[in-house]
Amino acid sequence: MMIIASDPLLSSDIGFSVVAIMLLKVVIAFALLMVSVMLVIWFERKIVADMHNRVGPSLAGPWGILQTLADGIKLFFKEDLLPERADRVVFRLAPYLSLVPAFLSFAIVPIGGDFTNGGDGTVSIFGHRTLLQVADPPVGILLFLALSSIAVYGVMLAGWSSGSKYPLLGSVRASAQMISYEAALGLSMATVFLFSGTLSTSGIVSGQATWNWNLVSTGFIPFIIFVIAGTAELNRPPFDLVEAEQELVGGFHTEYSSIRFALFFLAEFMNMITMSAIAVTLFLGGPNGPILIKQIAWVWPILWFFLKVMAFLFTFVWLRATLPRLRYDQLMDLGWKLLIPASLGWFLLIAALNIGEDRGWSTFLIVPIGLIVLSLAALLLNGAIKKAKDSSLHAADLSEISEGVDQ
Amino acid sequence: METVVFLISAAVILSGALGVIFSKNPVHSALFMVQTLFGVAVLFVLLEATFLAAIQVIVYAGAIVILFVFVITLLGVDRAEDLKVEPISGQRPLAVVLGASIFGIILTVLIVAVGGPTGEQVANTPIGDASDNTKILGEALFSTHVFSVELTALLLTVAVVGAVVLSTRPTKPLISTLDKQQNDNLEDELEEKGEE
Repeated sequence: MMIIASDPLLSSDIGFSVVAIMLLKVVIAFALLMVSVMLVIWFERKIVADMHNRVGPSLAGPWGILQTLADGIKLFFKEDLLPERADRVVFRLAPYLSLVPAFLSFAIVPIGGDFTNGGDGTVSIFGHRTLLQVADPPVGILLFLALSSIAVYGVMLAGWSSGSKYPLLGSVRASAQMISYEAALGLSMATVFLFSGTLSTSGIVSGQATWNWNLVSTGFIPFIIFVIAGTAELNRPPFDLVEAEQELVGGFHTEYSSIRFALFFLAEFMNMITMSAIAVTLFLGGPNGPILIKQIAWVWPILWFFLKVMAFLFTFVWLRATLPRLRYDQLMDLGWKLLIPASLGWFLLIAALNIGEDRGWSTFLIVPIGLIVLSLAALLLNGAIKKAKDSSLHAADLSEISEGVDQ
Repeated sequence: METVVFLISAAVILSGALGVIFSKNPVHSALFMVQTLFGVAVLFVLLEATFLAAIQVIVYAGAIVILFVFVITLLGVDRAEDLKVEPISGQRPLAVVLGASIFGIILTVLIVAVGGPTGEQVANTPIGDASDNTKILGEALFSTHVFSVELTALLLTVAVVGAVVLSTRPTKPLISTLDKQQNDNLEDELEEKGEE
């Protein structure tokens, strides 16, 4: 039988204790994600309130920390409405298509374990060595990409099945946006694979064990592209055209109420946590960091991982409070005309450098030649875009003139 | 174990395929197609081709069928179709004959070629185990088969450029595309109009 993971836990005989440990890991990951979502929603509301000079949630529990729980319970007891013109089956299915991928993609993130000094990132539980992640498939990150492309269905079908125009507009925007930025997201990840030589998440983390984080070795550009494309993929501000309240009432989930609405909300924040965790895994060395007190060595990687993820979560909230929403054409221009060519060009440059190292070519020659070729390509692309814009403007003018003549 | 997984995914694939044909709503058809693609991805995992399984979901379910759904919802053809009218007369009997004959040809070829399914493994290229088939596939594509990969890439580029050209082709002839003679005529007309 095949082995899905490189986890040492599964390479031995699979007995009762191994199954129990797997179940424990699944339950812990589930509970951790649920509690973090609860806290992240509170965190976001509190930080945004501070940035707006407001108080924010303050009544439920100390500092309002139980506000999300209260909201959740309230939503749970609300009436569940089904629009008359809705497609019943798909309408009920859509929230789960959003939620399940959001849950599953967290399974591949290593949240702890010591990879430094030749460690393989495993910890000992009840006499078994195991990785601190639910699954470590050999195609690791590709699983994340696959699940995020499935999540598009949730948004898309929610809007379509509502049988109403604003949700439909929201979902059409959403699918176009998510498909466009998935390309840039994947291309920026590809640069990381050039360095790690593997797709497995634990492999990528152990490749960054000696402070050689991919952030620096890939040269910052893929990281910046990843964060921008990731924000767009999450439909977070400034890319939240999907649920632009001022234009679309509430976007794709306008017709949803009660617990189904709560599921979309849950999925959205879960995706935000997972995206931060994936960014930390790919570029910031995952749980790698100095181990300060040897007696509690297993705590440190988890702590570093937590702090790195928190930095990302804060950035996402910060962006929301700071930047105005993009216009739709600006969104598409940024994705197709800037991020995709830039990530592709950078990927080629890094690949050329890697091959040059293998063949013993001079780095001093490759870098200038590569940069010259890339800037020529950029000039060409820029010229083509400018020409296209001019001629479409010209065509618009001319058609106005000829319409005038017809009259 | 393998047989159980195979039987379950075969049931998923076949029910999905039937759903594509029999559901009246195009969006439902597209969703059943996703179900079929997922079943195939599970079969790939069963054969330890994990990379193909991931790509199957990313490319087919994540990009192609999403675009189907996108077009269906955007163009507003997501209503149950009226099946009473036959667009081309005699189309349906012809379709039945054609479908049956293609099925017959494939079945004949299969039986003649292998003499009935044996269940033996026929592929003799090593695909490696689950952890390194990405590498083996990559090496094969970019060394032995590099020419076909490049040709496919070129074909796709041509298709994309063609689609863009077709979609931006002006519906009315523009003044700039007319020759100078016609342009002069137009100016004359304008002057005449002005005089009137």
